[in-house]
Amino acid sequence: VTAMSMVEAIRDAHALAMEADDRVVAFGEDVGRFGGVFRCTKGLQERFGEHRCFDTPINESGIVGVALGMAAYGLRPCVEIQFADYMYPAYDQIVSEVARLRYRSAGDFSAPLTIRMPTGGGIFGGETHSQSPEALFTHVSGLKTVIPSNPYDAKGLLLSAIADDDPVIFLEPKRLYNGPFDGDPDAPRVSWADHPLGDVPVEPYEISFGSARTVREGDAVTVLAYGTMVHVAIAAAESTGVDAEVIDLRSLVPFDLEAIVTSVEKTGRCVVVHEATRTSGFGAELVALVQEHAFYSLETPIQRVTGYDTPYPHAFEWEYFPGPARVGAALRRAVGDGDG
Amino acid sequence: MAANVSPLPTPDAYADLRRHRAGDARKPSLDEDPGAMLDFEQRLIRVLDDDGRAVGPWAPDLPADALVAGFRHMLTVRAFDRRMLAAQRQGKTSFYIQCTGEEAVACAFQAALRDGDMSFPTYRQQGLLIASGYPLVLMAAQVYSNAIDPVRGRQMPIMYSSRDHGFFSVSGNLATQYVQAVGWAMAAGMRGDSRIAAGWIGDGATAESDFHSALVFASTFQPPVILCIVNNQWAISTKEQVARGKAPSLAARAHAYGIPALRADGNDYLAVHAVTSWAAERARAGLGPTLVEWLTYRVCAHSTSDDPSAYRSDADLAAWPLGDPIERLQQHLAVREILDDEGFRQLSDEVDAEVLAAQREAESHGTLHDGERLSPELMFEDVFAEPPPHLRAQRREAGFS
Repeated sequence: VTAMSMVEAIRDAHALAMEADDRVVAFGEDVGRFGGVFRCTKGLQERFGEHRCFDTPINESGIVGVALGMAAYGLRPCVEIQFADYMYPAYDQIVSEVARLRYRSAGDFSAPLTIRMPTGGGIFGGETHSQSPEALFTHVSGLKTVIPSNPYDAKGLLLSAIADDDPVIFLEPKRLYNGPFDGDPDAPRVSWADHPLGDVPVEPYEISFGSARTVREGDAVTVLAYGTMVHVAIAAAESTGVDAEVIDLRSLVPFDLEAIVTSVEKTGRCVVVHEATRTSGFGAELVALVQEHAFYSLETPIQRVTGYDTPYPHAFEWEYFPGPARVGAALRRAVGDGDG
Repeated sequence: MAANVSPLPTPDAYADLRRHRAGDARKPSLDEDPGAMLDFEQRLIRVLDDDGRAVGPWAPDLPADALVAGFRHMLTVRAFDRRMLAAQRQGKTSFYIQCTGEEAVACAFQAALRDGDMSFPTYRQQGLLIASGYPLVLMAAQVYSNAIDPVRGRQMPIMYSSRDHGFFSVSGNLATQYVQAVGWAMAAGMRGDSRIAAGWIGDGATAESDFHSALVFASTFQPPVILCIVNNQWAISTKEQVARGKAPSLAARAHAYGIPALRADGNDYLAVHAVTSWAAERARAGLGPTLVEWLTYRVCAHSTSDDPSAYRSDADLAAWPLGDPIERLQQHLAVREILDDEGFRQLSDEVDAEVLAAQREAESHGTLHDGERLSPELMFEDVFAEPPPHLRAQRREAGFS
C-alpha cells in the first residue's frame, strides 16, 4: 500500500493494465510525450513505447472512431478526451457506434474500450471545462458509466473498465485529481496522502461495477451521490449534524439498486445530489428508482440538490456549485427541520 | 447565397467522364511522392475500351477463371438485388437498397483483397460480401430479419455483418465507419500484421466531419488502409457537387492531407481490380494510405423509400455515365473468347437459380411478417456481454423469465 493521488492511481492502473495485456493501448490529445494535461498518462510512452501510448490530432470523433476500429481489430484501447466538455464531436461515434456495435452485429463485433474524461467544475474552467455530462451517457443503451470519488476506487474501477468486454465511460472528477474536496473553495487544499482512500495497494485489483460504497453510515437520511459530491455530502452531514448515510454510487450504469433501496428503507428519507444540471439529470433517474422501489418507506419528499440549469458560469462558480450549504439545507428539509 | 447549390444536371453533365480514354492514365510506382501525383485528380483510370479490349499500363493480368468468377459475382449481386427488391414490394420486408450499376466497384475490390483484410462498408457494398463467398441464404435472412438472421433481427435490411468475411457491421449513420477503418488499420500496423483495412464512403457523405477525421488520422499515422469514395453522382436527391463544391474532384481532397489519390472508372471491373491491387500492395509494403474515388452511377432509387422521378430527369438516367459494368465485362469476355452468348445464358441461368434457391431457403425460415421468427426475448441480449440487473428486470417486465 502506498499513498497515491487520483492522478497517480489512474496512471498506475494504466501501467498495470498495459503490463499485463499488450492489447491495451492509451492515446489522446497530449497523452503521449507530455502525459496528458492532468498528467494521468505520464511516463507511459517512455515505458511502453510509441505504439502503446501516443499523441493524436485534436479530433475527438477521430480518437473514438479510431479506438473503435482498434477494438474491432482486437485491441483494448483506453483513450482520453481532454475534458468531458470536448466529447461532443465524438458523441455520434460513442452513441451510434461504440454503444451499439455488439447489439447491431449480434456479437459478431464488440467494442471493449474505455473512454476517460475529466468531469465537473471547481477549477474556474467556465462553461467549457466544467461540465458533468454523465446523463448523456447513462441515457444511452450499451454504455457503462463509471465515476470514482477517490484514488482507491479510481484504480480498481479503471482496471475493471479496461478489462471489461463492453465500452466504459470513465468520468474523472477533476477537482478530486490531487486531493479530496468538501466544497469549500476557501479551505486550504488537502492532499490524498492524508485520506484513508489515498492509500492504494500497489498490486492490481478490480472493483466490480454496480457495487455502491456506503461512505458514511447514518440513520436520518440517505444521500445518493457520486464523484466530487460524495465529499460535499459528508461535509454537509458533519456541519449540519444531520445523521446522514452517504452512498457513493461509483457506477451509474449499472447501478446498485439494492444498496439504494436498503438504505432508504432504513432511513425513510432521501437526498439526491449531483453537480450536473438538474432537468433530466441522473438524479431524476435516482428519484424515480427510489419512489418505484421504496415509496412506502419514504416519510418526506425526496430532495434534489444539483447544479442549476444554466451553463457553468466562470465568475460565479461557487454560487453555481451545489456546495455544503445547499446540500445541508436539503438534509434539514429531508429530516423535517423547518430551517431548511 | 450566391446560387442554387443543387442545379438540375445539364445534358452534358457527364461529358468530363466521357472524355477520358481507356489506357491513357499512367501507372505510378508504389512509392511515388503523393505531391507528384496531382495529375490524377484530373485523370480517370480506365482499362476496358469501347470495344471491350483491356488496354494500357493498368490492364491486369487476370486468368480467365478469375474473370468469369468476377463476372458471376456481379450477376449474382444484380440477381439478388432484383429478388430482394421484389420481396420488399411483396411486403416480405420493410426496406431494401440496390446497388445496380455499382456491382464492379465492390466485386472487383473484394477480389483484389486477401483473406483477413477488413472492409468498413456502407449500405451499398453488398458486392463485397457476395464476392467473398458469403452465403446468399444468410444475406436474405438478414433482409427478412427471420429466424436465421445472423444479426438477430436487430438491423434494417442490408445492414450485414461478417467478421469472418472481412465485412464490418454496417451502420446506418454516415461516415462513421471511415475513421474506424483507419483505426483498424492502425492496429494492424502497430501489431506488424500484413492485413489491411478499407474504408467506404459515398460522395455525399464526404461532407461529414468524420471524412476529415479519417484523412487526418490516416495522414498522421500512415496506416495500411484504402479509403474508397464511391461517387455514384447522387446523394439521395442531390448531385455530388453539393458535397464537392468547387473542388476539382472528391479525390482532390486527399492532396491536402498528403495522401495519394486516384480516380478510377468504377464500372470497369478490370480498372477496379488493378487500382485496388496497386493500393493494397502499397499498403502491405508499409507505404501508407491511398484514397480512391470510384466513378460510377446510381442507376436505381436510393432505396425502396425513394422516388428519383421527383428530382432526376430521364435524360440523366439515359446518360448512364461509364455504362453498365456487367455488359462491359461481358463484352470483354466475348472479345477474349472466354464466354460466348451461350455460355452467358447458361451462367446467367445458373446464377438466377442459385439466388432463387437461396431466397426460398431463407423464406422457409420466415420473412419479416410471416412464418418462423426469433423470440423477441433476444432484444434484451447483446446490449452488453452480460445483461446488468436493470436489463434483466426489464426482460422480466416484458414477460420473459
